[in-house]
Amino acid sequence: MDALAHLAQGFSNALQPAVLMYGFLGCLVGTLVGVLPGIGPALTIALLLPLTFKVPATAMFVLFAGIYYGAMYGGSTTSILLNTPGESASVMTALEGNRMARRGMAGPALATAAIGSFIAGTIGTIALTFFSPLIVEAALLFGPAEYFSLMLLALVAVTSVLGNSLLRGLVSLNLGLLFGMVGVDLQTGQHRFAFGQAELLDGLEVTIVAVGLFAVGEAMFMAWKGHAAEGKVEKISGSLWLDRDGWRRSWKPWLRGTLFGFPIGAMPAGGAELPTLLSYYTEKKLSKNPEEFGNGAIEGVAGPEAANNAAAAGVLMPLLTLGIPTSATAAILLSAFTSYGIAPGPLLFQQQADLVWTLIASLYVGNVILLVLNLPLVGLWVQLLRIPAPWLYGGIILISTAGVYGASSSVFDVGLLYAFGLIGFVMRRFDFPVAPMVMGLILGPMAEQSMRQALTISAGDFATFATRPISGTILAIAALMLIVPRVLRSRNA
Amino acid sequence: MKTTRREFLMTAGALGAATLPWPAYAAPMFDSILMFVPAAPGGGWDGTARAIEQACKSAELVGSFQFENVGGSGGMVGLPRFVNQRKAQANALMVAGSVMIGAAISAKSPIGIQSVVPIAKLTEESGVVVVPANSPIKSFAELVAAFKADPRKVPVAGGSAGGTDHILLGLMLKALGRNPKEAAYVAFAGGGPANAAIIGGQVAAGISGYSEFEEQIKGGRMRPLAVSGESRIPGVSVPTLREQGMNVVSANWRGVFGAPGIQPAQRAALEKLIAAMRDTAGWKQILTTRRWADSYQAGSAFEKYIAQDVTDTLGVMKDLGLAA
Repeated sequence: MDALAHLAQGFSNALQPAVLMYGFLGCLVGTLVGVLPGIGPALTIALLLPLTFKVPATAMFVLFAGIYYGAMYGGSTTSILLNTPGESASVMTALEGNRMARRGMAGPALATAAIGSFIAGTIGTIALTFFSPLIVEAALLFGPAEYFSLMLLALVAVTSVLGNSLLRGLVSLNLGLLFGMVGVDLQTGQHRFAFGQAELLDGLEVTIVAVGLFAVGEAMFMAWKGHAAEGKVEKISGSLWLDRDGWRRSWKPWLRGTLFGFPIGAMPAGGAELPTLLSYYTEKKLSKNPEEFGNGAIEGVAGPEAANNAAAAGVLMPLLTLGIPTSATAAILLSAFTSYGIAPGPLLFQQQADLVWTLIASLYVGNVILLVLNLPLVGLWVQLLRIPAPWLYGGIILISTAGVYGASSSVFDVGLLYAFGLIGFVMRRFDFPVAPMVMGLILGPMAEQSMRQALTISAGDFATFATRPISGTILAIAALMLIVPRVLRSRNA
Repeated sequence: MKTTRREFLMTAGALGAATLPWPAYAAPMFDSILMFVPAAPGGGWDGTARAIEQACKSAELVGSFQFENVGGSGGMVGLPRFVNQRKAQANALMVAGSVMIGAAISAKSPIGIQSVVPIAKLTEESGVVVVPANSPIKSFAELVAAFKADPRKVPVAGGSAGGTDHILLGLMLKALGRNPKEAAYVAFAGGGPANAAIIGGQVAAGISGYSEFEEQIKGGRMRPLAVSGESRIPGVSVPTLREQGMNVVSANWRGVFGAPGIQPAQRAALEKLIAAMRDTAGWKQILTTRRWADSYQAGSAFEKYIAQDVTDTLGVMKDLGLAA
């Protein structure tokens, strides 16, 4: 097979010591970037762009690939240990992961996240190697109408994170949708809820809101609880590693999460958050003990973590096969290509075969490096929990602040971070779930824009959502997801 | 990112030195330049700024560069900050371009591109009108016919509302005698989703800067019908709008600006630096690799160009219903 021969050539390039070193460096930096709240791979790679004038292309892209995958691995760590996701794609991991950590099961949670990431990353990379033209062509069938239906489906899935009180969950979700409206409207250029603040015109940055609600909010809540919180951060009990039961319960969620991750990641407006949400919903619905969800179900960590890493591989498919960036990181990678005078597009695989295959091979290698790097780190990371809570949470506020300020050098953004920290605190104090707010902020603008794009294309005809086959199918699935559980329940009752 | 007094004195000294009749190669023209980019790292303005740095440093025109990126809203977050914090700073440069003009109008901001001191226009990029490769529309004449029949039935994809792509569509509809408000303009955030919507056949046509679509055109997934510049893009056989009987010209330009309140001599020093930078082999090399068209223009010609662009943009945005 042609692809295999190319891939072998790619491996022989990627495994050269100098290139391998760049890969290792990338993985290390990426893991750190993922662990630190507020700093993401897009920013890191953007800051390294000037290096493209000095470092050869192959080494540079191997480095970038390491950072990209590494950040996806690292993102789960703080979510699980401290309930402080550093980026929006790890919000779902925090839900169950942190509950597990509080029950003294931080080790297995980190292990299932790392192994799940490895498996999903590897399967995603295999799909990228052999099937990306196919998957990308399928993803191109998704237009605005399909995205809107997909968002409705996601909104149904959000019901799985609303918590015990439906009213509180919906309040949180709707506040998130409202916050999503802030800024310049893409379709008309009108300003909404910006109150004359230029900083608000681009909307609220999801990362800032997520880090504020989770990290800063959590720290404030801990401070407020004071001595009552002591001893709440559980000492580690039991194994640091996955036991037989952990493996048995994790492998299916890993695979299902992967199946959500890479097709949606490959969609031009898919993103990494949506698959984590759908994976969480699926695992909760399929679980034999759904009551465990909310108290630390390992499936709820395994699935979303796999989904988010597979999505990372998915994002590379349209970038490499068509030159279409579908995420902030992909856009920066694209500009790295152009500063080498390489134009990614439909012809990239022919014109730059060596570079592309080395990059792909380095993704496999990077995954292995990351697994080797992260599994021993589990032992080290859990030691974090031995730090006294006041220092630990003080440190989190410090790092979040530095991360947000470093990303934008904007004092306004830091203020925003603390404002959302306060909101997060109040919500915790009065028992409102914070995850629906983050999901609302992500889904709201996507749903609104794709609906209006679809309506512009259909000249205002709402039937377009039902008559387009894929869109109609997704709507039907969403309707079934809403109705079937209710029917079953009323029958059983 | 603050300039220290020491740096300021050194700059002042360097400025003095630059005006003395010493051979140009004896010392850098500027010891340091503060490069202000009103956009996040990685975008077009940032790329231009880094390219200027690269060209200046390899020709030893400038000792060191300091970068400040303040992104957001077409430059409307960064611009006020540059105006307020860098007032009269002789070694501050800001990269900006046509996008900022539209952004300032739609933001109804009192601070616009006229609040900074124009130094030089550097590059220009034509827009291009495309259709998906398998579209029933085969030629520009057929697209024009479709627009004339009913613009609402011809959804066109491009960047955010009020941006250069939207404005070009408005100009085209106006030239055809249709109301620009009838445009079925589908705004996408960023080039990726717009590209995908066009090659996936979700929309009837697309408008963007040529480089944004170039690879899809070369790969045969989009059919280019017309470019929007004054003349054809070198090496590209796509005819201009004018050649096809539509009197519309528009281009996305990028240039550099100085801080408000700098003295005429200080402005002249910056102009001299950029003129020297433009002549370096490094800059010419960058123009070829990035496929940027050199559209250098400085002094009063550039000032006039900006004034005309502001008037034109305001006019189209009113037609589109995006400005009062």
